[in-house]
Amino acid sequence: MAEKQVTVTNPSGLHARPAAVFIQTASRFESSIKIEKNGKEVDAKSLLGVMSLAVKPNETITIRAEGEDAETAVEQLCQLVESYTE
Amino acid sequence: MSKKVTVKDLVKEFSLEVMTDWNQLHRPIEVSDLHRPGLEMAGFFTYHPVERIQLLGRTELTFLQGLDEQTRANRLMEFCHPDIPCIIITRKLEIPRELINGAKKSRVPVLRTSQATTRFGSRVTNYLEYNLAPSTTLHGVLIDVYGVGVLLMGSSGIGKSETALELVKRGHRLIADDAVEIYQYDENSLVGTAPKLIRYLLEIRGVGIINVMTLFGAGAVRDRKRISLVIQLEAWQEQQHYDRLGLDEENYTIIETEIPKLTIPVRPGRNLAVIIEVAAMNFRLKRLGFHAAQQFVQQLGKAIEDSDDFSDE
Repeated sequence: MAEKQVTVTNPSGLHARPAAVFIQTASRFESSIKIEKNGKEVDAKSLLGVMSLAVKPNETITIRAEGEDAETAVEQLCQLVESYTE
Repeated sequence: MSKKVTVKDLVKEFSLEVMTDWNQLHRPIEVSDLHRPGLEMAGFFTYHPVERIQLLGRTELTFLQGLDEQTRANRLMEFCHPDIPCIIITRKLEIPRELINGAKKSRVPVLRTSQATTRFGSRVTNYLEYNLAPSTTLHGVLIDVYGVGVLLMGSSGIGKSETALELVKRGHRLIADDAVEIYQYDENSLVGTAPKLIRYLLEIRGVGIINVMTLFGAGAVRDRKRISLVIQLEAWQEQQHYDRLGLDEENYTIIETEIPKLTIPVRPGRNLAVIIEVAAMNFRLKRLGFHAAQQFVQQLGKAIEDSDDFSDE
């Protein structure tokens, strides 16, 4: 189990396109991955789930993974969230 | 996770008059029970539930009027505990000066309504129970199949949304795709709804996001539905043992509530929508008292006993 908090830097937040890139990256991993914002947790591999959080720029989310590649998954996803710009 | 209700929300919802000028309307209300402080007015404070909203009506205020001034002042001073979220006076009754003094000291807001006490009390309880209900978000699809709220679960990419689409085409109703918000309004009853932002939407790989309501009409969607059955979809594994008889019942626990669960293996060529329709109908049949598997087992038992009789002859 791996867990990390990350702040969204992209100026439009986790909008549709960034969310799609995010879930595509998440889907490559075997682990079960969740994102949490304000106590609400959704599956990181589901597009509508991630978009339902409506993550704004500068908001902090927690990425949590469970499984064999959990560590790499969390690391790569956090990196993606921090570096993604449209 | 549960939502927060503040005194301010209550004031807005029930158009209450705010009778005090200290700014304490941000106080949270954490329990849905109300308290009518009858015994406290008589001086018994041992079990005073200070976490609840205190509701004073004609009975309490008339009783207070019968007390002498000094006792009344002391009682109300003791009554206004600083932990009380708010005090509400009903029937637009006049508020005793001593109550305002007591409330001022502990900074508890005092509110007033024109409604009768019992009626107002039950409305507030309903509102609070609805808004303070424990809730959670699950990954799955909620669909109303023949009136049975079926929660489809399973890992990403197993085909939940595609199955939901097929079910919608067959005349069933979609409640939520991908993220289902679940509330426990009362014991043993879970109600699911979609987050507002993604209501009526389905995501189908290769097609993208579709709006079920605009595509299939208002009859194809519902805003909320009680969850009666969980269907877990999983990839078919040869070694795995799947239920063949339908005699054993599994449960899935959501917010301490057990919901009957079926595990259905997915394999190319299996028509999942039909299987889910049948599972929902069979579930209804069981609720009506007709359990096909159990009845068959009884008949089988009888047939085996009978054949024993024949062999004796």
